[in-house]
Amino acid sequence: MTFIAKPKIAHPSLPRNPLGMTRRDYEGALSTLCAGCGHDSITAAVVEACWELAIEPQNLVKLSGIGCSSKTTAYFVNGAHGFNSVHGRMPSIAMGANAANRNLHYIGVSGDGDTLSIGLGQFCHAIRRNLNMLYIIENNGVYGLTKGQFSASADVGSKAKKGETNFQPPIDAVLLALTLGASFVARSFSGDKEQLVPLIQAGLKHKGFALIDVLSPCVTFNDHEGSTKSYAYTREHYEPAIHTDFVPLQQAITAEYAAGATLPVVLHDGSRIVLRKLDASYDPTDRAACAATIQERLKEEEYLTGLLFFEPGQPEFHDLNGTPEGALNAVPYEALSPGSAGMQKILARYR
Amino acid sequence: MSASDSAKINDFVIKIATVNGTGSASANMLLMKAIFRSGIPVMGKNYFPSNIQGLPTWYEIRVSKQGYVACSGRVDIMVAMNAETYSKDVREVAPGGYLIYDSTWPRPALLKREDITAIGVPLAKLCNENFNGVRTRILMKNICYAGVLAALLDLDLEHVRQLLAETYAKKPQLVASNMKAIELGYECAKATFPCPLPLRTEKMAKTSGYIMIDGNTAAALGCVFAGATVAAWYPITPSTSLMDAFKAFSDRMRIDGASGRKNFAFIQAEDELAAIGMVIGASWNGARAFTATSGPGISLMNEFLGLAYYAEVPAVIFDIQRVGPSTGMPTRTQQGDIMACAYASHGDTRQVCLYPANAEECFHMAVQAFDLAERLQTPVLVLSDLDIGMNDWMCREFKWDDAYRPDRGKMLDKAEVEKLEKFYRYVDKDGDGITYRTLPGVHPKAAYFTRGSGHTQFGMYTEDSVDYQLLLDRLLIKWASAKKLVPRALIDATAGGEIGIVSVGSCDGAIREAMDLLRARGVGLNYMRIRAFPFSEDVERFLAAHQVLFVVEQNRDAQLRALLTLETQVEKAKLHSLLHYNGLPISSSFIVEGVLAHLQPGTKSRAAAGQ
Ligand SMILES: Cc1ncc(C[n+]2csc(CCOP(=O)(O)OP(=O)(O)O)c2C)c(N)n1
Ligand code: SF4
Ligand SMILES: [Mg+2]
Repeated sequence: MTFIAKPKIAHPSLPRNPLGMTRRDYEGALSTLCAGCGHDSITAAVVEACWELAIEPQNLVKLSGIGCSSKTTAYFVNGAHGFNSVHGRMPSIAMGANAANRNLHYIGVSGDGDTLSIGLGQFCHAIRRNLNMLYIIENNGVYGLTKGQFSASADVGSKAKKGETNFQPPIDAVLLALTLGASFVARSFSGDKEQLVPLIQAGLKHKGFALIDVLSPCVTFNDHEGSTKSYAYTREHYEPAIHTDFVPLQQAITAEYAAGATLPVVLHDGSRIVLRKLDASYDPTDRAACAATIQERLKEEEYLTGLLFFEPGQPEFHDLNGTPEGALNAVPYEALSPGSAGMQKILARYR
Repeated sequence: MSASDSAKINDFVIKIATVNGTGSASANMLLMKAIFRSGIPVMGKNYFPSNIQGLPTWYEIRVSKQGYVACSGRVDIMVAMNAETYSKDVREVAPGGYLIYDSTWPRPALLKREDITAIGVPLAKLCNENFNGVRTRILMKNICYAGVLAALLDLDLEHVRQLLAETYAKKPQLVASNMKAIELGYECAKATFPCPLPLRTEKMAKTSGYIMIDGNTAAALGCVFAGATVAAWYPITPSTSLMDAFKAFSDRMRIDGASGRKNFAFIQAEDELAAIGMVIGASWNGARAFTATSGPGISLMNEFLGLAYYAEVPAVIFDIQRVGPSTGMPTRTQQGDIMACAYASHGDTRQVCLYPANAEECFHMAVQAFDLAERLQTPVLVLSDLDIGMNDWMCREFKWDDAYRPDRGKMLDKAEVEKLEKFYRYVDKDGDGITYRTLPGVHPKAAYFTRGSGHTQFGMYTEDSVDYQLLLDRLLIKWASAKKLVPRALIDATAGGEIGIVSVGSCDGAIREAMDLLRARGVGLNYMRIRAFPFSEDVERFLAAHQVLFVVEQNRDAQLRALLTLETQVEKAKLHSLLHYNGLPISSSFIVEGVLAHLQPGTKSRAAAGQ
């Protein structure tokens, strides 16, 4: 396989963001995934979100594990550093990278296999540390890259392409994240770009761990009749509970929202998220109630989607660790070494 | 005084048998430091169980006017404070030696040896009469035997008083109570026995310019001075104290004056898989980062170590080796990870390893490890062991050169990237196999994609055979560059002749003592201590120049010997292994016997057969 460079000619009429950049400037290498793979739509949503947010490409760090989904970090924002690590261990790479420089945007892309089986431990602990990153699970119910084995997100009764039925209960990333104390928990669908783009924007701006579990059908191994992660099934069973609008710093809220059903939240940098309840009884700030409702609706074979739970303001890793505002990797050596005078003081204890 | 009596001055071994968790550690440290401050070379070794409270533990203090630091394999004074191990402890005392025991409860049945002197001191009784509270009485009983020994060995109580004042600077009431316990023991011994014993201390001037420190604390200090800012680990004996020390030093010396914030991140990971991932992520992003672990952790880190080797990400890993395989004996020492570290991970990987022999080298090699990791853009494993890491070593004071600046290696900054037409991560511009890297956030032109899958020199994904091989071969050029940068072997060829000893790490003290003993018996040996993998040129030369080579190491499978046969031209038949792997530190007598058995067949040896 060779690398195919995309033609980089931007038409002068292409819209530009405040940095003067077009959407093409936020693209990456050409995808090598199967035509129609849900993951590619998520990639497109990430490109759109970053372009609209006018993120400086070098200030984004892309991290992933191993899988078809994890490959996609190469397919967006070429101007950002990327790290395609080992299977299931992206959260630790993200933790280390974030420890070294807290002032970049970290976006992690993983699969349901990568996150919920081999990487389950690291996923949970990244949440516990409230690592400041956006974590996207591209959830297709199978291991795509190893040719279609059930993953831990496969529903009971779901049929594999070869006819086998799954009997083990699934691990639901959203419910898990809720119980672990995550402060930003969302679910979406790769086929709903309108919902997904603002969620990605909000997740990138959220201070702390932001999870978006994106149902992302695998057209090659899990898009058949009897699968509960196919396009057809997902379209039919997915139910937006909360509509999320992301309002960047520069922009005033223009849309009309019916009072009572909306919840504007100001993020740490001044930008805002406006949550619009599509389901009047659903309260995205009540963790226990959210978990109960999501679970109930799952039993009814319905995926509630949107920013399902949001609790801004929780201290993230660096707040808890007490690190300075600046990046640790930029602290000058002189401030790190006790020097020969410091050495003399230290040695006194060992004489 | 007879000649044999004077020979015993400043040359003897005290072993203290106690129960884990009774506070004997501070008494032992007090004794050792008091001897050290009397100017006499001294070494302490702790033999402790994998348990928190209640199991037997021993502490050995070797007083050696010649400055020998290894186990001598002999006990001159046994302080038998543990009834459970009492009979075994009594057996261990060398003929002519002394047994100190608590005579509160008489033990006539156990005192069967005629060839040693038993000294009974009613320690429990003394403490019960003078202190209140069960816990205090137990603790003071241990401090009390230190007082007894001070009298018997003629130690200066002023040193003891000073040490207590330093230890309890913040709790002065403890100075008084501890000193009271010391004096109780001291006076009781003076009143009951002719003090001092013929075997005693006498002030010397051989410890100025020296400190007493354990290898883990020294390595942690090296990390601080190297400018490490990210430390991630999962607790495991015997590496934990390295991380504890780093945190303690950093909490004191790495706090930003203006903001009170911490100029370091200290992360207790969920396991070693995550610990090494964090180190790789942080190093990739430009922080100096490290982890410390032991054998089981090294096993878990293997996959990530291969990624860091192939994707060329710096990382510093301290492996404080303990007895394997598996959980093995967690509180015993071994050099069992030599092979596991040299080739850690699957595929064609070779890892840079450093082998410190003592606390001083732990400090300096820690600093060096960061410089090498960044210069070579690869993991560097520092293989210490439990003996080096957790025991107190007398070593030269660490000298720090304020001119030191971290070697960040080939890292392009913003201005340098700006000048480039295009940046390629893996193009070997300088022909040394080491390519240029950039950090996120610096410049949009600096971006590259790091991956453990096949990649071209331009950083692109590839499954092309030629591109793959090109990169793998370039890593060999880098390996050759590494040979020139790693610490060279230390060679002592003053004996001349064709017989040599080759070893690594903590065997050093025992070897140097054994060489003196062998020289006295007419056997001269040259000595090479290997300090790094890959092996430098001088290793090859030393091996070629000798006809008989004893390879001394602390594992069953002759791992150093195996590595030498794989990575040098040496003729296998020349290498005779002396293998010590019972979990206790190697002693000089073990080596002397092994060498003599080979050179003078018919002599008895405990060494495992040479291969
Ligand atoms: C340690 C290890 N074990 C197994 C594999 C093989 N492997 C590669 S991808 C994958 C599963 C990926 O599934 P998922 O994360 O759901 O990604 P998808 O391909 O479905 O997007 C497996 C098992 C591996 N790369 N590394
Ligand atoms: S196998 Fe499935 S997950 Fe992988 S690229 Fe193809 S469609 Fe996507
Ligand atoms: Mg999957």
